[in-house]
Amino acid sequence: MSKTPPLLQIKDLDRPMLGPVSLALAPGDCLCITGESGSGKSQLLRAIADIDPHGGELWLDGISSRDTAPEQWRRQTGLLPPESSWWLPRARDHFTNGMPVVLAQLGLTEDVLDQPVSRLSSGERQRLALLRLLANRPRVLLLDEPTANLDDENARRVEAVIDAYRKTHNAAVIWVSHDRMQVARVANRHMELGDGKLEELKLKARQ
Amino acid sequence: MITLDTTDLAIAAILVLLLALLSIRLRTGLSGQLLVAATRTAVQLTLIGLVLKALFASSHPGWVALLSLFMLLIAGREVMMRQERRFRGWWGYAVGTISMFLSSFAITIFALVVILGEKPWYAPQYAIPLLGMLLGNTMNGISIAMDRLTQSAWEQRNIIEARLMLGERWETAIMSYRSQAIRGGMIPIINAMAAAGVVSLPGMMTGQILAGAAPVEAVKYQILIMFLITTGTGLGTLAAVSIGSRHLFDSRQRLCLDRLREK
Repeated sequence: MSKTPPLLQIKDLDRPMLGPVSLALAPGDCLCITGESGSGKSQLLRAIADIDPHGGELWLDGISSRDTAPEQWRRQTGLLPPESSWWLPRARDHFTNGMPVVLAQLGLTEDVLDQPVSRLSSGERQRLALLRLLANRPRVLLLDEPTANLDDENARRVEAVIDAYRKTHNAAVIWVSHDRMQVARVANRHMELGDGKLEELKLKARQ
Repeated sequence: MITLDTTDLAIAAILVLLLALLSIRLRTGLSGQLLVAATRTAVQLTLIGLVLKALFASSHPGWVALLSLFMLLIAGREVMMRQERRFRGWWGYAVGTISMFLSSFAITIFALVVILGEKPWYAPQYAIPLLGMLLGNTMNGISIAMDRLTQSAWEQRNIIEARLMLGERWETAIMSYRSQAIRGGMIPIINAMAAAGVVSLPGMMTGQILAGAAPVEAVKYQILIMFLITTGTGLGTLAAVSIGSRHLFDSRQRLCLDRLREK
Protein backbone atom coordinates (compact mmCIF):
# COMPACT_ATOMS: atom_id res chain seq x y z
CA MET A 1 0.00 0.00 0.00
CA SER A 2 1.35 3.40 -0.91
CA LYS A 3 0.84 6.28 1.49
CA THR A 4 -0.92 8.62 -0.90
CA PRO A 5 -4.26 7.41 -2.33
CA PRO A 6 -4.02 6.85 -6.10
CA LEU A 7 -4.89 9.72 -8.41
CA LEU A 8 -5.75 7.43 -11.29
CA GLN A 9 -6.70 3.82 -10.75
CA ILE A 10 -7.33 1.36 -13.56
CA LYS A 11 -8.79 -2.08 -12.98
CA ASP A 12 -9.05 -4.79 -15.65
CA LEU A 13 -9.23 -2.36 -18.53
CA ASP A 14 -9.47 -4.28 -21.78
CA ARG A 15 -10.01 -3.91 -25.50
CA PRO A 16 -9.78 -6.52 -28.22
CA MET A 17 -6.07 -7.50 -28.32
CA LEU A 18 -5.33 -5.44 -25.21
CA GLY A 19 -5.34 -6.10 -21.48
CA PRO A 20 -6.68 -6.71 -18.99
CA VAL A 21 -4.58 -3.85 -17.63
CA SER A 22 -4.59 -2.78 -14.01
CA LEU A 23 -2.46 -0.03 -12.55
CA ALA A 24 -2.53 2.86 -10.11
CA LEU A 25 -0.82 6.22 -10.41
CA ALA A 26 -0.04 8.49 -7.48
CA PRO A 27 0.00 12.28 -7.82
CA GLY A 28 3.36 13.27 -9.28
CA ASP A 29 3.97 9.90 -10.94
CA CYS A 30 5.43 9.83 -14.41
CA LEU A 31 4.91 6.42 -15.97
CA CYS A 32 6.61 5.74 -19.26
CA ILE A 33 5.19 3.03 -21.47
CA THR A 34 7.31 1.48 -24.17
CA GLY A 35 6.57 -1.36 -26.55
CA GLU A 36 6.79 -2.30 -30.18
CA SER A 37 4.65 -0.40 -32.63
CA GLY A 38 1.27 -2.05 -32.88
CA SER A 39 1.47 -3.34 -29.32
CA GLY A 40 -1.51 -1.18 -28.36
CA LYS A 41 0.09 1.77 -26.57
CA SER A 42 -2.08 4.34 -28.32
CA GLN A 43 -5.14 2.16 -27.85
CA LEU A 44 -4.44 1.99 -24.15
CA LEU A 45 -4.30 5.79 -23.87
CA ARG A 46 -7.47 6.17 -25.94
CA ALA A 47 -9.28 3.70 -23.71
CA ILE A 48 -8.15 5.53 -20.55
CA ALA A 49 -9.46 8.80 -22.00
CA ASP A 50 -12.70 6.95 -22.83
CA ILE A 51 -12.45 7.85 -26.51
CA ASP A 52 -12.70 4.15 -27.39
CA PRO A 53 -15.08 1.64 -25.81
CA HIS A 54 -13.44 -0.67 -23.26
CA GLY A 55 -14.12 -3.07 -20.42
CA GLY A 56 -13.01 -2.65 -16.82
CA GLU A 57 -13.28 0.34 -14.55
CA LEU A 58 -11.33 3.53 -13.97
CA TRP A 59 -11.30 5.97 -11.07
CA LEU A 60 -9.93 9.46 -10.82
CA ASP A 61 -9.54 10.72 -7.25
CA GLY A 62 -11.71 7.77 -6.22
CA ILE A 63 -14.59 8.71 -8.55
CA SER A 64 -15.48 6.17 -11.23
CA SER A 65 -15.50 7.25 -14.86
CA ARG A 66 -19.02 5.85 -15.03
CA ASP A 67 -20.15 8.52 -12.58
CA THR A 68 -18.41 11.29 -14.48
CA ALA A 69 -19.79 12.97 -17.60
CA PRO A 70 -17.61 11.91 -20.54
CA GLU A 71 -16.58 15.45 -21.45
CA GLN A 72 -15.57 16.06 -17.83
CA TRP A 73 -13.58 12.83 -17.73
CA ARG A 74 -11.72 13.68 -20.94
CA ARG A 75 -10.93 17.15 -19.74
CA GLN A 76 -9.34 15.68 -16.60
CA THR A 77 -7.47 12.91 -18.40
CA GLY A 78 -5.93 15.03 -21.12
CA LEU A 79 -4.94 12.92 -24.11
CA LEU A 80 -2.37 14.28 -26.54
CA PRO A 81 -2.55 12.23 -29.77
CA PRO A 82 0.57 11.80 -31.90
CA GLU A 83 -0.84 13.99 -34.70
CA SER A 84 -2.47 17.26 -33.68
CA SER A 85 -5.72 18.45 -35.27
CA TRP A 86 -6.87 22.02 -35.79
CA TRP A 87 -10.26 23.21 -36.93
CA LEU A 88 -10.00 27.00 -36.90
CA PRO A 89 -7.74 29.02 -39.23
CA ARG A 90 -5.23 30.26 -36.66
CA ALA A 91 -3.76 28.48 -33.64
CA ARG A 92 -4.72 31.41 -31.41
CA ASP A 93 -8.43 30.77 -32.06
CA HIS A 94 -8.10 27.40 -30.32
CA PHE A 95 -6.93 28.90 -27.05
CA THR A 96 -10.12 29.94 -25.32
CA ASN A 97 -8.83 29.28 -21.82
CA GLY A 98 -5.74 31.46 -22.11
CA MET A 99 -2.12 30.45 -22.52
CA PRO A 100 -0.89 28.11 -19.76
CA VAL A 101 2.85 28.80 -20.12
CA VAL A 102 5.07 31.27 -21.85
CA LEU A 103 5.60 30.28 -25.49
CA ALA A 104 9.34 30.89 -25.25
CA GLN A 105 9.66 27.99 -22.82
CA LEU A 106 8.79 25.73 -25.76
CA GLY A 107 11.02 27.57 -28.20
CA LEU A 108 8.04 29.24 -29.90
CA THR A 109 7.40 32.87 -30.66
CA GLU A 110 4.16 34.81 -30.38
CA ASP A 111 3.71 35.07 -34.17
CA VAL A 112 3.10 31.31 -34.63
CA LEU A 113 -0.29 31.91 -33.04
CA ASP A 114 -1.43 34.21 -35.83
CA GLN A 115 -0.15 32.34 -38.85
CA PRO A 116 -2.49 29.97 -40.67
CA VAL A 117 -2.18 26.62 -38.88
CA SER A 118 -1.56 24.90 -42.21
CA ARG A 119 1.66 26.85 -42.60
CA LEU A 120 3.16 25.75 -39.27
CA SER A 121 5.63 22.87 -39.12
CA SER A 122 4.50 19.60 -37.55
CA GLY A 123 6.85 20.25 -34.64
CA GLU A 124 5.32 23.67 -34.00
CA ARG A 125 1.84 22.22 -34.17
CA GLN A 126 2.77 19.43 -31.77
CA ARG A 127 4.08 21.87 -29.17
CA LEU A 128 1.05 24.13 -29.56
CA ALA A 129 -1.21 21.10 -29.14
CA LEU A 130 0.51 20.37 -25.84
CA LEU A 131 -0.15 23.93 -24.69
CA ARG A 132 -3.77 23.71 -25.79
CA LEU A 133 -4.11 20.56 -23.69
CA LEU A 134 -2.41 22.05 -20.62
CA ALA A 135 -4.78 25.03 -20.78
CA ASN A 136 -7.54 22.60 -19.72
CA ARG A 137 -5.60 21.88 -16.51
CA PRO A 138 -5.92 18.08 -16.74
CA ARG A 139 -5.25 16.00 -13.60
CA VAL A 140 -3.60 13.28 -15.68
CA LEU A 141 -1.63 13.73 -18.88
CA LEU A 142 -1.82 10.94 -21.45
CA LEU A 143 0.98 11.74 -23.86
CA ASP A 144 1.37 9.74 -27.06
CA GLU A 145 4.92 10.35 -28.32
CA PRO A 146 4.80 14.09 -27.56
CA THR A 147 8.30 14.73 -28.90
CA ALA A 148 8.17 12.55 -32.02
CA ASN A 149 8.47 15.44 -34.50
CA LEU A 150 10.98 17.46 -32.50
CA ASP A 151 14.73 17.96 -32.58
CA ASP A 152 16.72 17.25 -29.43
CA GLU A 153 16.70 20.78 -28.13
CA ASN A 154 12.95 21.22 -28.44
CA ALA A 155 12.33 17.73 -27.07
CA ARG A 156 14.18 18.78 -23.91
CA ARG A 157 12.07 21.93 -23.69
CA VAL A 158 8.88 19.87 -23.92
CA GLU A 159 10.18 17.53 -21.22
CA ALA A 160 10.88 20.49 -18.96
CA VAL A 161 7.42 22.03 -19.46
CA ILE A 162 5.70 18.71 -18.73
CA ASP A 163 7.88 18.17 -15.68
CA ALA A 164 7.05 21.63 -14.34
CA TYR A 165 3.33 21.13 -14.96
CA ARG A 166 3.38 17.76 -13.19
CA LYS A 167 5.07 19.25 -10.14
CA THR A 168 3.03 22.45 -9.82
CA HIS A 169 -0.32 20.73 -10.36
CA ASN A 170 0.50 17.49 -8.62
CA ALA A 171 -0.58 15.75 -11.80
CA ALA A 172 0.25 12.25 -13.01
CA VAL A 173 1.65 11.49 -16.45
CA ILE A 174 1.45 8.44 -18.69
CA TRP A 175 4.03 8.94 -21.39
CA VAL A 176 4.29 6.70 -24.42
CA SER A 177 7.82 6.87 -25.76
CA HIS A 178 10.09 4.82 -27.96
CA ASP A 179 13.21 6.61 -26.78
CA ARG A 180 14.98 4.75 -23.91
CA MET A 181 17.11 7.79 -23.12
CA GLN A 182 14.02 9.91 -22.74
CA VAL A 183 12.44 7.29 -20.49
CA ALA A 184 15.51 7.41 -18.27
CA ARG A 185 15.26 11.22 -18.12
CA VAL A 186 11.57 11.71 -17.35
CA ALA A 187 10.07 8.59 -15.76
CA ASN A 188 9.81 7.44 -12.19
CA ARG A 189 8.10 4.25 -13.39
CA HIS A 190 8.51 2.25 -16.57
CA MET A 191 6.24 -0.36 -18.09
CA GLU A 192 6.55 -2.39 -21.24
CA LEU A 193 3.50 -3.33 -23.30
CA GLY A 194 3.79 -6.61 -25.16
CA ASP A 195 1.10 -9.03 -26.29
CA GLY A 196 -1.45 -6.65 -24.83
CA LYS A 197 -0.05 -7.05 -21.29
CA LEU A 198 1.72 -4.43 -19.21
CA GLU A 199 4.84 -5.43 -17.34
CA GLU A 200 6.55 -3.15 -14.82
CA LEU A 201 10.27 -2.80 -15.44
CA LYS A 202 12.92 -1.73 -13.01
CA LEU A 203 14.06 1.76 -13.80
CA LYS A 204 17.80 2.26 -14.09
CA ALA A 205 19.09 4.71 -11.52
CA ARG A 206 19.18 8.23 -12.93
CA GLN A 207 22.56 9.67 -13.68
CA MET B 1 -56.86 21.77 -73.63
CA ILE B 2 -54.96 19.76 -76.27
CA THR B 3 -55.16 16.05 -75.56
CA LEU B 4 -52.00 14.08 -76.32
CA ASP B 5 -52.26 10.79 -78.17
CA THR B 6 -49.79 7.93 -78.53
CA THR B 7 -48.25 9.36 -81.70
CA ASP B 8 -47.33 12.59 -79.90
CA LEU B 9 -45.50 10.66 -77.20
CA ALA B 10 -43.84 8.42 -79.77
CA ILE B 11 -42.39 11.49 -81.51
CA ALA B 12 -40.92 12.67 -78.18
CA ALA B 13 -39.55 9.18 -77.59
CA ILE B 14 -37.76 9.32 -80.95
CA LEU B 15 -35.91 12.40 -79.71
CA VAL B 16 -34.61 10.40 -76.75
CA LEU B 17 -33.60 7.58 -79.09
CA LEU B 18 -31.66 10.02 -81.24
CA LEU B 19 -29.89 11.31 -78.15
CA ALA B 20 -29.02 7.72 -77.24
CA LEU B 21 -27.56 7.13 -80.71
CA LEU B 22 -25.53 10.29 -80.38
CA SER B 23 -24.24 9.08 -76.98
CA ILE B 24 -23.16 5.78 -78.50
CA ARG B 25 -21.21 7.59 -81.20
CA LEU B 26 -19.51 9.79 -78.60
CA ARG B 27 -18.79 6.74 -76.40
CA THR B 28 -20.23 8.34 -73.29
CA GLY B 29 -21.28 4.96 -71.94
CA LEU B 30 -24.57 6.58 -70.99
CA SER B 31 -26.89 5.32 -73.70
CA GLY B 32 -27.85 2.15 -71.81
CA GLN B 33 -28.68 4.06 -68.64
CA LEU B 34 -30.51 6.67 -70.65
CA LEU B 35 -32.77 4.15 -72.36
CA VAL B 36 -33.46 2.24 -69.14
CA ALA B 37 -34.37 5.46 -67.35
CA ALA B 38 -36.58 6.62 -70.21
CA THR B 39 -38.37 3.27 -70.27
CA ARG B 40 -38.82 3.41 -66.51
CA THR B 41 -40.36 6.87 -66.78
CA ALA B 42 -42.85 5.67 -69.39
CA VAL B 43 -43.78 2.48 -67.52
CA GLN B 44 -43.85 3.94 -64.01
CA LEU B 45 -45.88 6.99 -64.97
CA THR B 46 -48.35 4.92 -66.99
CA LEU B 47 -48.82 2.62 -64.01
CA ILE B 48 -49.29 5.48 -61.56
CA GLY B 49 -51.75 7.03 -64.02
CA LEU B 50 -53.82 3.87 -63.94
CA VAL B 51 -53.50 3.59 -60.16
CA LEU B 52 -54.60 7.19 -59.70
CA LYS B 53 -57.52 6.69 -62.05
CA ALA B 54 -58.73 3.75 -60.00
CA LEU B 55 -58.01 5.58 -56.76
CA PHE B 56 -59.95 8.69 -57.77
CA ALA B 57 -62.90 6.48 -58.60
CA SER B 58 -62.94 4.75 -55.20
CA SER B 59 -61.54 7.47 -52.86
CA HIS B 60 -61.31 4.97 -50.03
CA PRO B 61 -58.93 6.29 -47.30
CA GLY B 62 -57.36 2.85 -46.95
CA TRP B 63 -56.16 2.90 -50.56
CA VAL B 64 -54.86 6.45 -50.21
CA ALA B 65 -52.94 5.43 -47.11
CA LEU B 66 -51.56 2.34 -48.81
CA LEU B 67 -50.29 4.26 -51.83
CA SER B 68 -48.80 6.93 -49.55
CA LEU B 69 -46.97 4.27 -47.57
CA PHE B 70 -45.68 2.67 -50.76
CA MET B 71 -44.37 6.04 -51.97
CA LEU B 72 -42.69 6.66 -48.62
CA LEU B 73 -40.93 3.29 -48.59
CA ILE B 74 -39.63 3.73 -52.13
CA ALA B 75 -38.39 7.24 -51.32
CA GLY B 76 -36.72 5.91 -48.17
CA ARG B 77 -34.87 3.32 -50.23
CA GLU B 78 -33.78 6.00 -52.67
CA VAL B 79 -32.39 8.16 -49.83
CA MET B 80 -30.47 5.17 -48.50
CA MET B 81 -28.98 4.20 -51.86
CA ARG B 82 -27.74 7.71 -52.55
CA GLN B 83 -25.46 7.77 -49.49
CA GLU B 84 -22.00 6.40 -49.96
CA ARG B 85 -21.32 5.81 -46.27
CA ARG B 86 -24.73 5.22 -44.82
CA PHE B 87 -25.39 3.73 -41.41
CA ARG B 88 -25.17 -0.02 -41.16
CA GLY B 89 -28.24 -2.19 -40.75
CA TRP B 90 -31.76 -0.87 -40.49
CA TRP B 91 -30.53 2.54 -39.31
CA GLY B 92 -29.35 3.25 -42.86
CA TYR B 93 -32.93 2.95 -44.02
CA ALA B 94 -34.70 4.31 -40.96
CA VAL B 95 -33.02 7.70 -40.53
CA GLY B 96 -34.12 9.00 -43.93
CA THR B 97 -37.49 7.27 -43.99
CA ILE B 98 -38.54 8.43 -40.52
CA SER B 99 -37.43 11.99 -41.23
CA MET B 100 -39.33 12.01 -44.52
CA PHE B 101 -42.38 10.60 -42.84
CA LEU B 102 -42.26 13.26 -40.13
CA SER B 103 -41.84 16.18 -42.49
CA SER B 104 -43.66 15.22 -45.71
CA PHE B 105 -46.69 13.65 -44.10
CA ALA B 106 -47.06 16.41 -41.51
CA ILE B 107 -46.81 19.16 -44.14
CA THR B 108 -49.11 17.38 -46.60
CA ILE B 109 -51.79 16.78 -44.00
CA PHE B 110 -51.45 20.35 -42.76
CA ALA B 111 -51.88 21.71 -46.29
CA LEU B 112 -54.82 19.43 -47.01
CA VAL B 113 -56.69 20.24 -43.83
CA VAL B 114 -55.82 23.87 -43.15
CA ILE B 115 -55.14 25.36 -46.58
CA LEU B 116 -57.06 23.39 -49.19
CA GLY B 117 -59.93 22.32 -46.94
CA GLU B 118 -61.35 19.79 -49.42
CA LYS B 119 -63.92 17.30 -48.05
CA PRO B 120 -62.84 14.64 -47.25
CA TRP B 121 -59.37 16.00 -46.49
CA TYR B 122 -57.69 12.86 -47.86
CA ALA B 123 -59.30 13.27 -51.32
CA PRO B 124 -56.70 11.46 -53.48
CA GLN B 125 -56.79 14.04 -56.26
CA TYR B 126 -55.08 16.48 -53.87
CA ALA B 127 -53.43 14.23 -51.32
CA ILE B 128 -51.38 12.03 -53.66
CA PRO B 129 -49.87 14.72 -55.95
CA LEU B 130 -49.06 16.94 -52.95
CA LEU B 131 -47.42 14.12 -51.06
CA GLY B 132 -45.51 13.11 -54.19
CA MET B 133 -44.08 16.58 -54.67
CA LEU B 134 -43.10 16.81 -51.04
CA LEU B 135 -41.54 13.37 -50.90
CA GLY B 136 -39.61 13.91 -54.11
CA ASN B 137 -38.03 17.13 -52.92
CA THR B 138 -37.53 16.13 -49.29
CA MET B 139 -35.86 12.98 -50.55
CA ASN B 140 -33.28 15.04 -52.43
CA GLY B 141 -32.59 17.31 -49.48
CA ILE B 142 -32.23 14.50 -46.98
CA SER B 143 -30.01 12.35 -49.15
CA ILE B 144 -27.62 15.21 -49.91
CA ALA B 145 -27.50 16.22 -46.25
CA MET B 146 -26.98 12.71 -44.91
CA ASP B 147 -24.37 11.91 -47.51
CA ARG B 148 -22.49 15.02 -46.50
CA LEU B 149 -22.81 14.38 -42.77
CA THR B 150 -21.54 10.80 -42.86
CA GLN B 151 -18.83 11.69 -45.36
CA SER B 152 -17.43 14.53 -43.27
CA ALA B 153 -17.62 12.52 -40.04
CA TRP B 154 -15.52 9.90 -41.79
CA GLU B 155 -13.01 12.29 -43.29
CA GLN B 156 -12.75 14.62 -40.31
CA ARG B 157 -12.65 11.95 -37.62
CA ASN B 158 -9.32 13.25 -36.29
CA ILE B 159 -10.70 16.71 -35.75
CA ILE B 160 -13.92 15.47 -34.17
CA GLU B 161 -12.02 13.17 -31.82
CA ALA B 162 -9.45 15.85 -31.01
CA ARG B 163 -12.30 18.10 -29.90
CA LEU B 164 -13.78 15.31 -27.78
CA MET B 165 -10.36 14.71 -26.21
CA LEU B 166 -10.23 18.36 -25.23
CA GLY B 167 -13.48 17.93 -23.33
CA GLU B 168 -16.02 19.24 -25.81
CA ARG B 169 -19.46 17.69 -25.94
CA TRP B 170 -20.43 15.74 -29.07
CA GLU B 171 -22.80 18.49 -30.22
CA THR B 172 -19.97 21.00 -30.27
CA ALA B 173 -17.49 18.59 -31.81
CA ILE B 174 -19.73 17.91 -34.80
CA MET B 175 -21.52 21.25 -34.99
CA SER B 176 -19.79 22.69 -38.05
CA TYR B 177 -20.27 19.48 -40.05
CA ARG B 178 -23.87 19.34 -38.98
CA SER B 179 -24.57 22.85 -40.26
CA GLN B 180 -22.69 22.15 -43.49
CA ALA B 181 -24.84 19.08 -44.05
CA ILE B 182 -28.07 20.99 -43.40
CA ARG B 183 -26.94 23.77 -45.71
CA GLY B 184 -26.11 21.23 -48.43
CA GLY B 185 -29.59 19.75 -48.15
CA MET B 186 -31.41 23.08 -48.29
CA ILE B 187 -29.43 25.04 -50.87
CA PRO B 188 -31.10 23.40 -53.92
CA ILE B 189 -34.61 24.36 -52.85
CA ILE B 190 -33.53 27.85 -51.80
CA ASN B 191 -31.90 28.31 -55.21
CA ALA B 192 -35.01 26.97 -56.90
CA MET B 193 -37.16 29.54 -55.07
CA ALA B 194 -34.77 32.34 -55.96
CA ALA B 195 -34.75 31.42 -59.66
CA ALA B 196 -38.45 30.57 -59.93
CA GLY B 197 -40.21 32.56 -62.62
CA VAL B 198 -37.09 34.44 -63.65
CA VAL B 199 -34.80 31.71 -64.89
CA SER B 200 -37.09 28.71 -64.78
CA LEU B 201 -40.78 28.12 -65.00
CA PRO B 202 -41.50 25.41 -62.45
CA GLY B 203 -42.75 22.13 -63.90
CA MET B 204 -45.98 21.93 -61.99
CA MET B 205 -47.08 25.40 -63.01
CA THR B 206 -46.10 24.80 -66.61
CA GLY B 207 -48.09 21.58 -66.58
CA GLN B 208 -51.18 23.35 -65.26
CA ILE B 209 -50.91 26.09 -67.87
CA LEU B 210 -50.42 23.57 -70.68
CA ALA B 211 -53.49 21.75 -69.40
CA GLY B 212 -55.47 24.97 -69.78
CA ALA B 213 -55.46 26.54 -66.31
CA ALA B 214 -55.37 30.32 -65.97
CA PRO B 215 -51.76 31.46 -65.39
CA VAL B 216 -52.54 33.41 -62.23
CA GLU B 217 -54.27 30.40 -60.69
CA ALA B 218 -51.35 28.16 -61.67
CA VAL B 219 -48.92 30.64 -60.12
CA LYS B 220 -50.81 30.67 -56.83
CA TYR B 221 -50.61 26.90 -56.68
CA GLN B 222 -46.94 27.00 -57.53
CA ILE B 223 -46.18 29.48 -54.75
CA LEU B 224 -48.09 27.33 -52.28
CA ILE B 225 -46.21 24.24 -53.41
CA MET B 226 -42.83 25.98 -53.25
CA PHE B 227 -43.44 27.07 -49.66
CA LEU B 228 -44.66 23.64 -48.65
CA ILE B 229 -41.70 21.94 -50.32
CA THR B 230 -39.23 24.29 -48.68
CA THR B 231 -40.69 23.75 -45.23
CA GLY B 232 -40.89 20.02 -45.78
CA THR B 233 -37.32 19.78 -47.05
CA GLY B 234 -36.05 21.97 -44.24
CA LEU B 235 -37.79 20.04 -41.48
CA GLY B 236 -36.88 16.70 -43.00
CA THR B 237 -33.24 17.66 -43.38
CA LEU B 238 -33.08 19.00 -39.83
CA ALA B 239 -34.65 15.84 -38.47
CA ALA B 240 -32.41 13.49 -40.45
CA VAL B 241 -29.21 15.35 -39.61
CA SER B 242 -30.16 15.59 -35.92
CA ILE B 243 -31.01 11.91 -35.64
CA GLY B 244 -28.01 10.96 -37.77
CA SER B 245 -25.43 13.02 -35.94
CA ARG B 246 -26.65 11.75 -32.57
CA HIS B 247 -26.29 8.20 -33.83
CA LEU B 248 -22.67 8.85 -34.82
CA PHE B 249 -21.89 8.92 -31.08
CA ASP B 250 -22.57 6.37 -28.36
CA SER B 251 -23.85 7.00 -24.85
CA ARG B 252 -20.31 7.95 -23.68
CA GLN B 253 -20.05 10.43 -26.55
CA ARG B 254 -17.49 8.44 -28.51
CA LEU B 255 -17.40 8.82 -32.28
CA CYS B 256 -18.59 5.45 -33.62
CA LEU B 257 -17.55 5.26 -37.25
CA ASP B 258 -18.02 1.49 -37.14
CA ARG B 259 -21.73 2.32 -37.39
CA LEU B 260 -21.10 3.48 -40.96
CA ARG B 261 -20.70 1.17 -43.93
CA GLU B 262 -17.41 0.88 -45.74
CA LYS B 263 -17.54 2.24 -49.26
